[in-house]
Amino acid sequence: MPFTRRHLLGLEDVSSEELSYLLDTAQSFKEISEREIKKVPTLRGKTVVGMFYEASTRTRTSFEIAAKRMSADFVSLSASTSSVTKGETLLDTARNLDAMRPDALILRHASSGAPHFLAARLDCAVINAGDGAHEHPTQALLDLLTMRERKQKLAGLTVAIVGDVLHSRVARSNVFALKTLGANIRLVGPPTLLAPEMRAWGDVTTDLHEGVRDADVIMMLRIQLERQGKNFFPTVDEYSRYFCLTESAVARAKSDVMIMHPGPINRGVEIASDVADGPYSVILDQVTNGIAVRMAVLYLLTNQARTQTHSEGETQAELAAPEVEVVAPRLRRKVG
Amino acid sequence: MSQPVHIRGGTVIDPASGTQERRDVLVREGKIIAVSELIAEEALAGAKVIEAANHLVLPGLIDMHVHLREPGYEYRETVESGTRAAVAGGFTAMACMANTKPVNDSAAVTEYILERAQAAGLARVYPIGAVSKELKGEELAEIGEMRQAGIVAVSDDGMPIMNGGLMRRALEYSSMFGLPVIVHEEDRLIAGDGVMNEGAMSLRLGLKGVPAAAEEAMLARDLSLLERTGGRLHVAHASTAGSVDLIRRAKDRGLAVTAEAAPHHFTLTEAAVEGYNTRAKMNPPLRTLQDVEAIRHALADGTIDVIASDHAPHHRDEKEVEFDHALNGVVGLETTLALSLRLAEEAQIPLLRLIAAMSLNPARILGLPLGTLAPGAEADITVVDPSSRWTVQAARFQSKGRSTPFEGMELRGHAVLTMVAGRIVWRTGMGQSI
Repeated sequence: MPFTRRHLLGLEDVSSEELSYLLDTAQSFKEISEREIKKVPTLRGKTVVGMFYEASTRTRTSFEIAAKRMSADFVSLSASTSSVTKGETLLDTARNLDAMRPDALILRHASSGAPHFLAARLDCAVINAGDGAHEHPTQALLDLLTMRERKQKLAGLTVAIVGDVLHSRVARSNVFALKTLGANIRLVGPPTLLAPEMRAWGDVTTDLHEGVRDADVIMMLRIQLERQGKNFFPTVDEYSRYFCLTESAVARAKSDVMIMHPGPINRGVEIASDVADGPYSVILDQVTNGIAVRMAVLYLLTNQARTQTHSEGETQAELAAPEVEVVAPRLRRKVG
Repeated sequence: MSQPVHIRGGTVIDPASGTQERRDVLVREGKIIAVSELIAEEALAGAKVIEAANHLVLPGLIDMHVHLREPGYEYRETVESGTRAAVAGGFTAMACMANTKPVNDSAAVTEYILERAQAAGLARVYPIGAVSKELKGEELAEIGEMRQAGIVAVSDDGMPIMNGGLMRRALEYSSMFGLPVIVHEEDRLIAGDGVMNEGAMSLRLGLKGVPAAAEEAMLARDLSLLERTGGRLHVAHASTAGSVDLIRRAKDRGLAVTAEAAPHHFTLTEAAVEGYNTRAKMNPPLRTLQDVEAIRHALADGTIDVIASDHAPHHRDEKEVEFDHALNGVVGLETTLALSLRLAEEAQIPLLRLIAAMSLNPARILGLPLGTLAPGAEADITVVDPSSRWTVQAARFQSKGRSTPFEGMELRGHAVLTMVAGRIVWRTGMGQSI
């Protein structure tokens, strides 16, 4: 089943067939980044706008490189340089950008649901690049791609997600997609960063060594250092005493365990340097895969007029064929 | 001398006397003259006849929890637009909360609100004074001065009183005037920056949650204080099964506590937030099905005394934003009656009990000489067509506020005539208004 959605807001309701299609598409784009000339004309003439209303280095750069390798024009703004500082609302800013007729708008925002709010009110495709504590779908997709490359299939894998699950959009997107694909999920952290309702997502434990036992994948989450002032844990030192992934913890997992982290990592806090840089770590592979995943997402969402399914045998020149744009009538906000 | 009015052939529901019978009602000079199976011919001479067959004739409904927004937030609602919404919704009287700008913490503001209500000439308005100066929760406002000017209760609604010492003194001091303290129960430190009910739904949506304990812990504190201080406590918008439990046990112990519930809390669950729907954002938040059922039971068995809308109009721009940033509150004056009739049917609450919760009970709690159709009483009357079907369309509201979680819902029953002191202030049914 191809991916025919207008927007990528989250993975919660995305089917396993759609996920596979997204990953297959991303896989086929990986090779472009290995070329001497890392650029294809596929999205020539497409415009992609990034609205990064929260600090972002990795995701923003990754989207920008992905767009540019596909020959899309990429413009981005951040909250500090945009008219947010002049008091303009998110919706007004987005409407103005939408009026410039971009093909996709990428939003990183501190409020959960902000991309859903915009998607219901704009013409262009909206891509969620992280909304509050809700979802970060492209991060989970690159995580899935990395897992699939190493483990072939995701069904039946045991994935331990460790750390601040409560506030993590990376955790939510991964949980939703991994459940859809049939993986077993374990959630590990202090009780303050878990919730009783998480038992519906997987096994929940506060014991790191228990949580990673026989795991195929250990996914560490970044600990926000500012949480310590809010009584989620007393100090970063005490947190790391219980939840820092060290070699002795890794030894409890399967012998071919993969260690993942969405970055940026706090060395010595949630993950020991030896582990982050060690043989099981795929942290940098994740980053590499992020480009391919975002190329795939941009490609699929800005080419919704296409009907043919994409296959690996297709040449990039074919992908770049000009097409007729179908412009939907502008949605008018209902005036009450 | 105004023309007498003869409301003929309706079913009178008067909780004060336990009447639920077909009766004629005669009104003259702003008073109810007679309620009878057959009113003598000579008494009816020259009376204007209102045909009320197949209609309910109710004591004028009273909404004891309304935000009229004036002074200070006239762009959201004015006393005029709010009272127009009230009479359109079948309410003849309301109590309005103190969180205006300036706050109603002085006789001057109380008098201003009463003047505006007088000028509007629609429903009766009873201001509620602030407990604390500027709703800051620090020092008592001049409750006595405001009492002189006409307040009927005190409340810092919207700003929970975190200071237990102040709460104690407020209960003690207000008892001197016989005024109830109306409380918005929420421990703000437990609530944190939560924006919806805490549970499976908030977890999924990645929204910060307000646990039921935030409401219940504060309520437990205030019930403990009540035991020692005397005074009267009225719990605004009870929203959780745990709160219902606490209120029930306090009443069993004989404490002077009363409570109200809002239609959204007995009709909707947190599921209405799906899709980050800011029209389902209010405080206290929509809770779970278990809570909704507990509130319904509490209304059925009388543990909760009153239905009140917590009508809280906002400007469109204040709702058309990210969920985190949207203001709390929905309008309710024009949907409460139909939602309450729906509740009565679904939860099998006798109409006498339901109507008491919207007239007699709030009148008693606030000490108003209203809420009954007894001869001699003020002629505040609501005539309802209980079977007419209509669809909620906020765009057609009289209120300036348009944010309702019930948009598009099909309801049954609406006020066809609203009378205040013998004067018809709202009339629909034949396509005309007033």
